Amino acid sequence: MGRQKHPQIVTANDLFEGDVIYLTGEGGWTRIHGEAAVTHDADEAQRLLAIAQAQPGQIVGAYLADATIGADGRPQPVHFREAFRTRGPSNYFHGKQAEA
Amino acid sequence: MYAYDDFDADFVRARVADFRKQVERRIDGSLTEDEFKPLRLMNGLYLQLHAYMLRVAIPYGTLNSRQMRQLAMIAERWDKGYGHFTTRQNIQFNWPKLKDVPDILDALADVEMHAIQTSGNCIRNVTADHFAGAAADEIEDPRPTAELLRQWSTDHPEFQFLPRKFKIAITGSPNDRAVTKAHDIGLRMVRNQAGEPGYEVIVGGGLGRTPMIGKTVRDFVPKADLLPYLEAILRVYNLAGRRDNKYKARIKILVHETGTEDITAMIEEAFAEQKALFQAPPADLVARIEAAFAPPDFDNTQSLAFDRAQADDPVFRSFVETNVTEHRNPAYGIVSVSLKPVGGTPGDASAEQMRVLADLAERYGHDELRVSHEQNIILPHVRKADIPAVHAALKEAGLATANIGLLSDIIACPGMDYCALATARSIPIAQEIATHFDALKLEREIGPLKIKISGCINACGHHHVGHIGILGLDKAGVENYQITLGGDGTETATIGERTGPGFAADDLIPAIEAIIDTYLDLRHTADETFLDAYRRLGAAPFKDAIYDDRHDSARAA
Repeated sequence: MGRQKHPQIVTANDLFEGDVIYLTGEGGWTRIHGEAAVTHDADEAQRLLAIAQAQPGQIVGAYLADATIGADGRPQPVHFREAFRTRGPSNYFHGKQAEA
Repeated sequence: MYAYDDFDADFVRARVADFRKQVERRIDGSLTEDEFKPLRLMNGLYLQLHAYMLRVAIPYGTLNSRQMRQLAMIAERWDKGYGHFTTRQNIQFNWPKLKDVPDILDALADVEMHAIQTSGNCIRNVTADHFAGAAADEIEDPRPTAELLRQWSTDHPEFQFLPRKFKIAITGSPNDRAVTKAHDIGLRMVRNQAGEPGYEVIVGGGLGRTPMIGKTVRDFVPKADLLPYLEAILRVYNLAGRRDNKYKARIKILVHETGTEDITAMIEEAFAEQKALFQAPPADLVARIEAAFAPPDFDNTQSLAFDRAQADDPVFRSFVETNVTEHRNPAYGIVSVSLKPVGGTPGDASAEQMRVLADLAERYGHDELRVSHEQNIILPHVRKADIPAVHAALKEAGLATANIGLLSDIIACPGMDYCALATARSIPIAQEIATHFDALKLEREIGPLKIKISGCINACGHHHVGHIGILGLDKAGVENYQITLGGDGTETATIGERTGPGFAADDLIPAIEAIIDTYLDLRHTADETFLDAYRRLGAAPFKDAIYDDRHDSARAA
């Protein structure tokens, strides 16, 4: 399938806590977007998604999300929805941003 | 207030016990998410953007102090210390952990509350006029009917898998504060020629992607016939409602596609059958429910304290102007407590504030609280002589915002700050509008104005019936806001008209200001409200104001 317009990461919600998580290169999960495994390759993206979906006892609703690569070499969200998911609600300081 | 009998209590406890086992089985891997999801939704548990969310029903918006304190306890023990009151008289906890939810539901059952049928394609929490039993304009308190509907609709075997969700609202007053015309079924109490109270039945209203004003299918249904009549409506819908397309599955589409005359005939035919078969609820049950909603023992002692406080204290006077409504008993007032402090999140209350409200209800309010669909809390029965003391306590708790019915009393859905379905944020828009106009000190000059904001087309923020409605959308990866004008959720219900292309978030506040400036310029007198002026003038001057040269960027959006 080849290279895609945007690199992609796999994200989901944690089954127990419900919070936003990202798949790492080791097949585990992180709360930090910048630590997510990134791929430019569509086949690799599907492989990562399959790794996530094979863990229904830990996660809910895995999907691929577009990312860009920041100056620090780490992935950053493209869409505003994904950006909010990295931080939590914007109405006041609470949720993920307050727990970092 | 209605108190659970053994049947109610056992039913709710049994559901909690079932759900506890279902959660255990999900956690140990016996249930997949696909299997578990419908079970958790039946118990009000959603998975949202950042966390699980538990939606708890507050039937017909009525609470006592013990229940409010329990909500505060739940907010502190299992959540982040606050709750969010919604446009359907529910409270939502935004941060529960999956394993804690059965304990939360047990804590709710301890105070006769539950989260049953707050999701799913069933009959949802029945909502009512938040001034029920207190309003001066009321024919009768509609809550005995609402409670009967709750009992009838809870776990009703025929109506657990409807084509889509089903919402019923009820009012006992000619002035509709329950948005009955925008519900699947709206019930408005009326009197027949003999002077007996019964219900006008309105069917097929709704907001969402296809907003519709409900159609009256019967001008008068006697109280005794109401349940079989509603059962007839639900039966027609259950059989004929579309199941092929989720977006066309609400009863409003069936009513629209069938036509009012034909759907009425279908309902009447089903009713004729149903009435003969229907087993009326036992008379002692009906009597028990009615007794539970008997008016409190009013204290009619006259006092000058209320008038004196108004004369002496301009802050109190201003609070009374907006937040106190005439009560059926002249010695009393209905106090609306705004959950819309300038810059705050509409509908949020901290655990501490919930306890203050519970204390005030207990001490001054015959132990009653209400949640309004406009996301405020009501103390429905406060002796006028006690209102100054209530106001002082509210001030102390940051709950004395005097803005009910004004510009900053904004309905906003949770939007993309919490909701997984949202396409844009709503709360920050409400915060910006309130903060901007607070700085201009124009709110009282502007007068009655309802701004309602939804963060997606599902319209939980009722934007279609806002005098100014705002709908947040995702336009090519950027938040974009459409404006509708002239909406009305009362007995003169109207769906607002879209002005035209949407606005980027930064251009939205100037556009709202241009709309309000146009109103202030063109109104005949200070008494002509925004809605009246809009109805007289039409959309043209407002459109001219927001799409003129200053807002060229909006055209491109």
